[in-house]
Amino acid sequence: MLTKLKGGRVYDPANGVDGVIRDIYVRDGRIVTADATAKVDAEIDVTGRIVMAGAIDPHTHIGGGKMTIARTMLPEDHRGHERHRSDILRSGTGFAVPSTLAAGYRYAEMGYTACFEPAMLPANARQAHMEMGDTPMVDKGAFAMLGSDDFLLRQMAARDDFEAIKDYIAWTMHAAQAIAVKVVNPGGISAFKFNQRMLDLDESHVHYGVTPRQILRTLSKGLKELGVTHPLHVHGCNLGVPGNLGTTLKTIEAMDGLPVHLTHIQFHSYGTEGDNKFSSGAAQVAELFNKHKNVSMDVGQILFGQTCTASGDSMRQYGNTKSANPKKWVCMDIECDAGCGVVPMKYRDKSFVNALQWAIGLEIFLLADDPWRVFLTTDHPNGAPFTTYPHLIRLLMDKGFRRDMLQKIHPDAQKASIVGTLDREYTLYEIAIMTRAGPARSLGLKDRGHLGPGANADITVYKDNADREAMFTTPEYVFKNGEIIVRDGRITKVVQGATHVARPDYDPAIEKRLRDYFARYHTVSFDNFKVGDDEIIQHDKGSIIVQPTGARV
Amino acid sequence: MPAPLQGISPNESGQNQTFRSVTCPFCGLHCDDLVIRNDAGRLTIAANGCPRAAAGFERVVAADASPQIAGRDATLADAIARAAELIGKAKLPLYGGLGTDVEGMRAMMALADRSGGVVDHVLSNAQYRNVGVLQTRGWIMSTLTETRNRADLIVVVGSDLSIHHPRFYERIASPAEAMFGEAEAKRTIVLLGKGTPAGDVKGDRIGEVLDLGCAPSDIPGVLAAVRAALHGAPSTGPVGGIAADTIAHLAERCRNAHYSVFVWAPQALTFDGADLAVHMIADIVRDLNKTTRSAGLSLGGNDGIASAASVCSWQSGYPLRVSFASGAPEFDPYRFEVRRMLAEGEGDLLVWVASFGPDPSPPPETKLPTIVLGAPGIRLARAPEVFIPLGTPGLDHGGRLVRCDNVVSLPLRKLRSTGLATLPDVAGAITAAL
Repeated sequence: MLTKLKGGRVYDPANGVDGVIRDIYVRDGRIVTADATAKVDAEIDVTGRIVMAGAIDPHTHIGGGKMTIARTMLPEDHRGHERHRSDILRSGTGFAVPSTLAAGYRYAEMGYTACFEPAMLPANARQAHMEMGDTPMVDKGAFAMLGSDDFLLRQMAARDDFEAIKDYIAWTMHAAQAIAVKVVNPGGISAFKFNQRMLDLDESHVHYGVTPRQILRTLSKGLKELGVTHPLHVHGCNLGVPGNLGTTLKTIEAMDGLPVHLTHIQFHSYGTEGDNKFSSGAAQVAELFNKHKNVSMDVGQILFGQTCTASGDSMRQYGNTKSANPKKWVCMDIECDAGCGVVPMKYRDKSFVNALQWAIGLEIFLLADDPWRVFLTTDHPNGAPFTTYPHLIRLLMDKGFRRDMLQKIHPDAQKASIVGTLDREYTLYEIAIMTRAGPARSLGLKDRGHLGPGANADITVYKDNADREAMFTTPEYVFKNGEIIVRDGRITKVVQGATHVARPDYDPAIEKRLRDYFARYHTVSFDNFKVGDDEIIQHDKGSIIVQPTGARV
Repeated sequence: MPAPLQGISPNESGQNQTFRSVTCPFCGLHCDDLVIRNDAGRLTIAANGCPRAAAGFERVVAADASPQIAGRDATLADAIARAAELIGKAKLPLYGGLGTDVEGMRAMMALADRSGGVVDHVLSNAQYRNVGVLQTRGWIMSTLTETRNRADLIVVVGSDLSIHHPRFYERIASPAEAMFGEAEAKRTIVLLGKGTPAGDVKGDRIGEVLDLGCAPSDIPGVLAAVRAALHGAPSTGPVGGIAADTIAHLAERCRNAHYSVFVWAPQALTFDGADLAVHMIADIVRDLNKTTRSAGLSLGGNDGIASAASVCSWQSGYPLRVSFASGAPEFDPYRFEVRRMLAEGEGDLLVWVASFGPDPSPPPETKLPTIVLGAPGIRLARAPEVFIPLGTPGLDHGGRLVRCDNVVSLPLRKLRSTGLATLPDVAGAITAAL
């Protein structure tokens, strides 16, 4: 069956297509080359419409234990935000922490076709995949958290052979069914269990004697040499601490050219100037970022309103509990593996700090010069729920709108920010880079995020609208694997989506050591720790796509 | 490559097979180091069992149990059709029991959503001693492996763990090896309230056992006194029969511990004000964390409730006691408690799930028409409208279970071939037939 999308204006940055009117042909779930002689079975007229690949969210907390803690803790988040069942859809709830099915539906309704859970604890990987399995419509994948797990810290403290460390990283990716690796507050989650309350880049972990700098370099180099496409995904030290700007700048320099992705950079770009001892470090971060081509980042923009922060960073989340709104929160020490902290948060435009956080995120977007290395995120739900993306896109594309919004925030924050002086307006092409082509390239999704021949036919079609918020809220069509799944913002077909993983090579000798380690210390056996393919395929009714990795060095 | 696991699934003959690293579904610890032998379909524990595991694995199952409609043997297809007919007619079906694994609960959620029913678990009264705390204040918690390696002081509050979680002391409190602390370091165990008999607290790593017995109803007061002592309140006399000095001493030990863990089994806290005891534990832990590290560890999770509550939470937003009657999830821990609804004549059909064996959770007596999806031999006061015998997850079929700490989940394997139906298949077929 050959389907033709006729006459749309196509934005496909991976193939250098910038607003060109052209037809798109789809056969058997894939985009194929235009062939004037082939018989077209179905033609969809999208003249005047804007056509992009399905959007990809490279950092969204959609699955795993901390989200279910947040859901359980916050019934008030769900009341008034119900979704009713229909003949084809299940019911659900939730605003900041939606239920799994509701999240999948809403992402698809917004034109997203892939979502990546960035903080999967290996000890919790089975549940993370179960929750993602109950998140329909979109492809998914997850990043395994390492860096506060005792096995790695023991390896580093013992100055273990670097090849063995690489074997362990690769084994973890297999065992947890991960596509990438994330480090959260490197070593800090573990240090908090030893009652350390802060761990800066060059501070030593009180028990293991290793520093965050060493952990970052070890993991980044390890992933590079394993051939994993996505660079080490870094939630750095001192999240949310005024003055963490210095740590962030040092972190970029510490990588010394090693590939690294700095996530929710907004939360790591704070100075201590001014009467409130809180200032924007966006200009310095952006300046250094622009010079370091080995660095990519996503912003973690905050937007005003009620949300809930959920992070593996138990140390910093514990520090943030005084800001909890409503006043309840959970912190956990987890399995000699990691931790978590769940702290509800209400960002207010009349709060100086929150208003400046908002401005800092926008400054970073507007000062970073390469959209291929910047991804559009709110760190859902930490900065704001993902449902705010269309609003964020309008803030980036429409400087008049942005200035109107700026007028509403705390006056001292307006004065403390340069946002009002920045005239940049993102183009549709740049938005397509930040929400499609860039994340796909960074994650190594060869056939996602673009519209060239051979690409998976995940396509989103929008009615052009000067109000970009309205335009990106309700696409006219969303195609998944070549089938229409959303029409005018309503789901017409439910699909399951695949799970993307990467499987770098490792020497099986590491398994003998791990088997012994699990037997001696853990409460789960080595064999049962691993999430099997059959669990995703049979129990979760999903499928697995193994994305290629480079040769191991 | 990994050492080959013997017996990934039972062979055709079912003769003399041994399964290693088997997950036990019979309490919330979900120990996964069991060695189970299958001798011609009979399961025995070859290593690492406990009384609960023995009762569960070694029970003789009536593999040939037949589905029944109104007490008469029927085919599975007819029983499913009759169940679908009853559910289709019901205005408010009540889905109770819910003793199943993640896959079974997923299937029940789909059925309840489609049929506009109410979901609740047989042990949710226990679960709700915790949920209220989580939803009003939150807490700081630990997990089994973290506690096993790190705890230097364990305070067991009002819970006889040797009944509810028999291997806790062996596997968590007194492991052969621990990663932190001195190699031979002993842990102090405090037994607060009449819980585990002190004589049951044994292990090479266990040093001092402080037995602070008090009546269960005094536990909230004693915990409050400990918290007051942490805040420097002067002692005025004994509380619950425990001397003021002893309480002050306990507070001091908690303050001086590197990582104290407060353990309770919500199922065991049956006294009035049990939820206040959990609140007080959470408060003590929060206070201790201002200067040292401390955490709670709730040992619930029996009868699959951790799986039922987790799946319900991630799919609906709420941890059980959810009604789908309006077409969207509605949560009310009072209104949608199935036990109360039955007692007060609400609902018009009971669908009861109990797949972990005949004993743990038989259906309550009710005048409502009843569908029982349960282990063969389940105790029934009268013949239900429909009975479908189910296999047990982790014995008769595979699946997954969420552990009591709500972090780890474990895979379950099929250990024998009984031909008993699985809940995902049965509930899925009913949903499809609606």
